Amino acid sequence: MLERLRTPWPDRRAERSLGALSLLVGVGVVAMVVFVGIRAWPIFEHNGLSWLGPGGHLETQFANMQATGVDAPASAFHLRAWPIVYGTLLTSVFAVGFGLAIAVLASIFIVELAPERLRRIAIPVIRLLASVPSVVYGLIGILVLVPFVGNHLITASEKASVQNTVELTGAGLGVTVVILTVMITPIMIALICEALMAAPVSWREGAIALGLNPLRAVLAVTLRAIRPAIVAAAVLASARALGEAVMIQMVSGGRFFTPKPTDGVIFPFEPLRTAASTIVDYVDGTGAPALRATLYALALMLLFSAFVLSIGGYMIKLPLRKYQTRG
Amino acid sequence: MSVAAHNPSRGRGRRSSPLSWRWGDRLVLLCAWAAGVGLCLIAGAIVIYMGYRGVEYLRPSLIFSRPQTGTSQAGSGGILDPILGTLLLTVIGIALAVPLAVGSAVWIAEYGQGGRGRQSLARVVESSVEVVAGTPDIVIALFGLAIFQLGLFAPLSFTAEGGGVYGRSFLAAGAMMSLLALPPVFAATRDGMQAVPAHMREAAFALGKTRITTIRRVLLPSVRSNIATGVTLGISRIIGDTAIVLVLLGGTHQIEPQNSVPVLGLLRGTGTALTSFVYENSPAGEGAAPQKAYAAAFVLLMFVLGLNLIVGRIGREKPLTSVV
Repeated sequence: MLERLRTPWPDRRAERSLGALSLLVGVGVVAMVVFVGIRAWPIFEHNGLSWLGPGGHLETQFANMQATGVDAPASAFHLRAWPIVYGTLLTSVFAVGFGLAIAVLASIFIVELAPERLRRIAIPVIRLLASVPSVVYGLIGILVLVPFVGNHLITASEKASVQNTVELTGAGLGVTVVILTVMITPIMIALICEALMAAPVSWREGAIALGLNPLRAVLAVTLRAIRPAIVAAAVLASARALGEAVMIQMVSGGRFFTPKPTDGVIFPFEPLRTAASTIVDYVDGTGAPALRATLYALALMLLFSAFVLSIGGYMIKLPLRKYQTRG
Repeated sequence: MSVAAHNPSRGRGRRSSPLSWRWGDRLVLLCAWAAGVGLCLIAGAIVIYMGYRGVEYLRPSLIFSRPQTGTSQAGSGGILDPILGTLLLTVIGIALAVPLAVGSAVWIAEYGQGGRGRQSLARVVESSVEVVAGTPDIVIALFGLAIFQLGLFAPLSFTAEGGGVYGRSFLAAGAMMSLLALPPVFAATRDGMQAVPAHMREAAFALGKTRITTIRRVLLPSVRSNIATGVTLGISRIIGDTAIVLVLLGGTHQIEPQNSVPVLGLLRGTGTALTSFVYENSPAGEGAAPQKAYAAAFVLLMFVLGLNLIVGRIGREKPLTSVV
């Protein structure tokens, strides 16, 4: 057997085995959709698509699912998960919005403005920010930021004003969005920087020769040329933000609650749960069929959005690849 | 436009001074500096704070003692098992990911071009990798749970008395970890292969080598540093992942082999890793031993920093292809 492997392979056999290997990746993706889909099916069977909508009290629904045990009656599968969907969207939209603005500015800084010395520091530092494990961010969040916000930024009267509906500890939307922004900004910076560097210098030089100052030349010419890269960066970063589980579970307060902008100053302090953090929270309860189906339904929702976002990002990047070879 | 305010400079190399710019431009300039420097400061603050906490709480005895079940900080032991668990998961994940990723990247780069059928297959494979890269780790973890709880895979994890398959083991977690390491290794290898100049292939063909021999003897050695970069990135994704460990490793305090069979028992057994140790000992978990969590997080961060340095070192090294 080993002898056969060691002798040079005929070309055709080599191609077939390598091709089969690469097909395995595709098969894996299909298997992922199928397996998660099968386990999520009961939720769709009992609720249709309306489980994504509002209605009812999510806390009682989850308690109901946990209580029913192995033979769950049909009523246990009742789910209206709007607070989770809303929490997921809220954190991702805010984090991607803030992150995108910071990433574009920081990329311009790194590529165009920073002195050589500073640039040499900035690039590895950004890479480091991208690779800090999410649990470390979560730990800093829960042990440093959450107590700080809880003790110094929320006043006692604000806590008292809502004490009958929700407890404000400091863990909530604000801290979650801040940390999530720090986590996803480096990904966007990497993509935007790459595109900025690949854009032809002559375009920018032309703009400067026409009398624009160097910064305005970047804003007006280079940045406009790399718009697809910026969109792709935002898309990929939202995939990351949607799927972040452990960090959010640690700092979001872990309550089924919908923070409302109309609540004014306490809006950023209100707790919430996202799809991924709910899964982490309840994953030990997968013995109960109703709860298991719920968690897999949430996973399917995440998988579907990741699917759409990855394919979208890939499509947006395709023309760029062609264009970058010119740079 | 700012043409009027801009004083055309004479001579070479004089840059226009921001002092002569419009206010809007100056504001953007300020924001860009603030964003860039601010991010560097955040990263610095994280490293310094974790370093401070690490030095404060990390003791050699902590690294070499095993975690215990205990309610107090003093009685809960050290972090030896989490470190070993992280290393074991990394080994399993990389061992599974590298052949798959390198094989498919080679196929894409070398065989995936000719013919319409191959091109569409290549596109399917590339977008599958893209999907795997974008899938949240918690979804991958649940997928792993669904697979390894199948009766078919019962021998790979712990089986309860009544025949219920537990679906949690080092092998299950490691296999799903390989999905995390797959995209970086794949992308690095593919990009490296595509950057190899065509004349290197042509030279090998002219000497009468077959395609696969060319790949093995010429192309793969020349993209070695790309593969190394990809593997390092993959390792740092694996050791930083928490969700898969929480869901698929069983969450025991120590590494508990399934039976006394040397390697297999360990692979089928449950255990703990650094990330899940940090999580469990933080206020979010059950232990509430923040000092232990800080110490473990510091070790974790040191691993990540080390891997980052390695990536930087490999990246600076000139790839072989540029010499030719």
